[in-house]
Amino acid sequence: MSMPLLRNDWVVMALFTAVVLSAPIWLSPVGAGYPDLLQKFAIFGIFAIGFNILFGLTGYLSFGHAVFLGIGSYTAVWSFKLLTMNVIPAVVLATLLAGVFAVVIGFLSLRRSGIYFSILTLAFAQMSYNLAYSVLTPITNGETGLQLTMDDPRVFDSATTEGLPSTTLFGMDMSGYPGFYFCAVLLIIAFFISLRIFRSPFGLKLRAIKSNQTRMRYTGFNTKPYLLTAFVISGMYAGLAGSLMAITDPLAGAERMQWTASGEVVLMTILGGAGTLLGPLLGSSIIKYFENIFSALNDGQLHEIFAFLPDWLENIVVAIAGEFVGDGWHLTLGLLFMIVVIFLPGGVVEGIRRASAFVRNMFNKSATDESELSAEKE
Amino acid sequence: MDAILLQILNGLDKGGAYALIALGLTLVFGTLGVVNFAHGALFMLGAFCAVTVQKILTLSLKVKDESITFFDAYKEQPYLELWFGDFGTKIIDWSVPISIVIAIPIMLLIGLAMERGLIRHFYKRPHADQILVTFGLAIVMQEIIKSFFGANPIPTPAPEIVAGSAPIGVLLGLGESVVYPWWRLIYLLFSGVVIFAVFAFLQFTTFGMVVRAGMHDRETVGLLGINVERRFTIVFGIAAVVAGLAGVMYVPILPPDYHMGMDFLVLSFVVVVVGGMGSLGGAVAAGFLLGILQSFASMNEIKDIIPGIDQIIIYLVAVVIILVRPRGLMGRKGVMED
Repeated sequence: MSMPLLRNDWVVMALFTAVVLSAPIWLSPVGAGYPDLLQKFAIFGIFAIGFNILFGLTGYLSFGHAVFLGIGSYTAVWSFKLLTMNVIPAVVLATLLAGVFAVVIGFLSLRRSGIYFSILTLAFAQMSYNLAYSVLTPITNGETGLQLTMDDPRVFDSATTEGLPSTTLFGMDMSGYPGFYFCAVLLIIAFFISLRIFRSPFGLKLRAIKSNQTRMRYTGFNTKPYLLTAFVISGMYAGLAGSLMAITDPLAGAERMQWTASGEVVLMTILGGAGTLLGPLLGSSIIKYFENIFSALNDGQLHEIFAFLPDWLENIVVAIAGEFVGDGWHLTLGLLFMIVVIFLPGGVVEGIRRASAFVRNMFNKSATDESELSAEKE
Repeated sequence: MDAILLQILNGLDKGGAYALIALGLTLVFGTLGVVNFAHGALFMLGAFCAVTVQKILTLSLKVKDESITFFDAYKEQPYLELWFGDFGTKIIDWSVPISIVIAIPIMLLIGLAMERGLIRHFYKRPHADQILVTFGLAIVMQEIIKSFFGANPIPTPAPEIVAGSAPIGVLLGLGESVVYPWWRLIYLLFSGVVIFAVFAFLQFTTFGMVVRAGMHDRETVGLLGINVERRFTIVFGIAAVVAGLAGVMYVPILPPDYHMGMDFLVLSFVVVVVGGMGSLGGAVAAGFLLGILQSFASMNEIKDIIPGIDQIIIYLVAVVIILVRPRGLMGRKGVMED
């Protein structure tokens, strides 16, 4: 970020908005220009951006963030069932309720730090997950998952007779591109809030807590309210993402709260670059994009891709590559994860920075070489 | 009274598994200072050692089934049965105990390779990085197992002689209604023996003495001219073996599938934290304690009073302990108290 223009929030936001809203155009050459996938980018982007506010800034690694995602989804579906198919109340209620839960869980978990914090959040998430599967079945509909039915009250909507209604924004159907643009607008807002937090005194304090909390305390600073605020904000982001998931597909299941789901958002943030502005969004989009492509590939398509190789080599390559695609996508994910943590702890953003520094150095070097030569001559 | 005794026994065998996994976990943490999220995967690998051994022993040849005469029917007959007759059948029947012998060197190798290849580069990195990289490793191990053995649980029975239930009630004079599966009883004894062996090894050998000293003050031991790193590598191997053995023996109780490690990992982390980070005795005590608590919570009488308690009891205990006693039950002062 050496360019002075990028220091201005409004310039950054204008650029970001333009890029996000035009995503259907510039992502179609790589096969990602359709609303279902773009929606996923936006939703998981919001989730990861929120997680980054906690993990990236304060360094507190929560392993139970998916619980807020689940709460968001359940709340949204309940709002569709009881109130109206309009998405606005669903989004607002889901975000608020996730925030309430985040206050409770955060207040308790933040009494400890480090691994204890991780275990506490994990314990709360597992509790919620197990309860959602067992005794909370009247609310969560257990294993089947919560879904819309014909006899839901929906007090604000006029009764429809044919089929299940779909989610709307004041009458506009939320499937296809309108759905994506709704998510995209929320993503832009979410990114804007995150940007302001990053560049505010509040964000600076969070970063100070990450680098040395003890010293912060010694200077007479009560770190707890700041940590709790960050936790609640990131919980609300997760709730928002959860409600958006329910909007694109009005169904909520407990598996959204499982700790592997929490692990996924950690992974997205790390892959993109924790503590950077754009990293989480990049990471989540990369993972969702490759998940989409890799898990759809099968052996037949692999044979087509590697058809240029001699037959015996083609078979070997396909046999090896076959382990990594389709159902084996998680293997690729795990390996990718390890590689990033081992070799590139700063994630993709760090990689880009290193690459650009390398290129810059090459130019500078040739320049300095010449000046050295001319110096020797004299 | 009978019911209570039975619940305690039920809890003890589950607790045995928790204690074994947590023991390895806390051993690694206490010595290497590494938070190993792949420890559950080691447990799972152990279980699949048993599955593999059983599969190898039952490698079969298609032979003509003589008992069916009206058409050509074929049945699979294991090579061992063809070669050794009844003795071969016996070997197959005893595949789980046999796999213990095979699992020990395999798990030791896996453990050493893991420490040398990956973990040692993470000593100096923050705990978050350690958690993340071992989490990635656990996913990789899990997926490899899945691609070899499929996603479904693979039933692997215990030897026939111990397949039934033990008349515990008669032995203790409580009436014949109290019975308990033999294999669970064996598991309990086995975990006791392994735990005892690990403690004896640490307490009564020179090697163990160095390891204990290293847990307290690694730097000083290093300054005394002892190669602490090498010992710790071996400790990691031992921890892997303990987890693997716990897995091998658990196979008849729970048919293994590829994600069993993850399920146990979360629980055993809770066990370690409840027992106190880096405290071996604490991990064992907490393992059995939580096992018993869990089996009591799943009694119908208690579930009627507090619905759903059986699902959350362990996590609830963990939350309370972490908040009230950050050092856990038996944690040492100054170890990860933050």
